[in-house]
Amino acid sequence: MFSYEFMQNAYLAGTLIAIISGIMGVFVIARNMSFMAHTLSEIGFAGAAFGMYAGLTPLNGMLVFTTISSMLVGQLSSKIESRRESVISAISGLFIGLGILFLALSDKSSSYATSILFGSVIGISRADVWQMSILSILILIVSLLMYRNLKDDSFDPVGAKTNHIPNRLISVVFLIMLALNVSVAAQIVGSLLIFILLTLPASSAKYFAHTVFSMMLLAIAFALVGVWVGLYLGYVTNLPVTFFIAVIEALIYGVALIFNQLKYRH
Amino acid sequence: MKETLIKVQNLEVGYPNQKVFQNLSFEIHAGQFLAVIGENGIGKTTLIKTLLGQIKPLNGKIEIENHLKIGYVPQFRNIDIEYPLTIADFISLNFTGIKLPWLSKREKQKINEVLKQVNLFHLRNRPLGMVSGGEKQRAYLAQALIKNPELLILDESTASLDPKTKREVLEVVSKLNRELNITIIFISHDLNLVKEYPDSFLWLKRDEYLSGDINNLPDQLKGESHV
Ligand SMILES: Nc1ncnc2c1ncn2[C@@H]1O[C@H](COP(=O)(O)OP(=O)(O)OP(=O)(O)O)[C@@H](O)[C@H]1O
Ligand SMILES: [Mg+2]
Repeated sequence: MFSYEFMQNAYLAGTLIAIISGIMGVFVIARNMSFMAHTLSEIGFAGAAFGMYAGLTPLNGMLVFTTISSMLVGQLSSKIESRRESVISAISGLFIGLGILFLALSDKSSSYATSILFGSVIGISRADVWQMSILSILILIVSLLMYRNLKDDSFDPVGAKTNHIPNRLISVVFLIMLALNVSVAAQIVGSLLIFILLTLPASSAKYFAHTVFSMMLLAIAFALVGVWVGLYLGYVTNLPVTFFIAVIEALIYGVALIFNQLKYRH
Repeated sequence: MKETLIKVQNLEVGYPNQKVFQNLSFEIHAGQFLAVIGENGIGKTTLIKTLLGQIKPLNGKIEIENHLKIGYVPQFRNIDIEYPLTIADFISLNFTGIKLPWLSKREKQKINEVLKQVNLFHLRNRPLGMVSGGEKQRAYLAQALIKNPELLILDESTASLDPKTKREVLEVVSKLNRELNITIIFISHDLNLVKEYPDSFLWLKRDEYLSGDINNLPDQLKGESHV
């Protein structure tokens, strides 16, 4: 399996994606931002279509769209929390509309679009892997430096107010990191199913862990299991990798829920 | 004469749609244990937020001693009980800043120290969602203590507790006040507690306020148990 370069690339990229998605997912859950993560992935699709039209790689097209839209969301919704969902809806509507437009304008075939939506293992080049590694390392470094403030702001927002941490800056930086994460993860699982890596592993980890740090390690582990096993099963069966990853993560989540039920029964 | 930590003069505070209070003046000195009382919606939390700089006063002056370290336990908190936060992890949230994620040895020692101060050391690895109301309040207290506050502000920390548990929390607070000389602002509706622990009071009322030594609590409050 590893004698094929595309499988090497897929495993390298998949490992990076699982690690950053596990870390970011913990904060996505704590900050109640599953909806935003989901929306960013739709925007990512539009970005990839734009990239196709403008002659960029899908990854670069996604990066442009998701970064810009996340900054817009950060700016427009920072003042009023309850406005956030409507702002997100409006912005995602706008960007998805643009995506449809660019898809119609570009002359690429529709199979190109499906590979963006549902992910593709074959499409990842060594150059993509390099770019994804750099972005992932960036996310890792920033989250390492922001960890304490982000943790306080995410898990105890009211208490964090008294600690004088720059919560607006944190929100914006976090959104940009999420945009990068979504764009990178879309390369393997496809833009439609990014949330299976961003929210499911962290949601499952929540039930087994007792500290934020252990929740993070578990989320990474769950994401890695899904990606590694999914890639392998996709390789031997020739069925879509994303399907297997989705099933594995959903199974883990199911087990986590049952575990939680049992835990509270005693 | 004891050192003055906070001096409030002719303070006026309000929200865009309403005025909350005006002409409020009082002082807080080091070592004081002040009870702030008054009916629901009178402006106790608003006053605290103004002292903390979270709300801008419309008028008047607040002088706070330079670099005064303030610990604050807010009235409301939203923490999902499903979050994997042990009490120790929750307390560590207050170690903020651009630093590496893992705690230093000193920070860990400090966490153990405050855990012992609030009698929670035995529960340090218990998730916050699985402890009683009184234990939770003591965990909040411990979190505020992590930064060595000189002034500790407790906004209705005992509101939802039964009388015995209230006393447990207040015993801890009172000990911090006596032994570590931490100044306390304690907001409560429970006059029995207010008469027993604090040494002074500030009673916010409609369009006026009263303050003084706890022994000079107005007669109309003396027979009451709640305000
Ligand atoms: N963010 C806000 N915007 C507008 N008005 C507010 C806001 N917060 C509080 N108020 C109003 O200001 C007044 C004082 O509220 P505050 O929360 O300070 O009262 P409180 O004395 O702490 O009451 P409680 O005992 O119920 O905690 C109330 O009339 C309240 O409706
Ligand atoms: Mg209040």
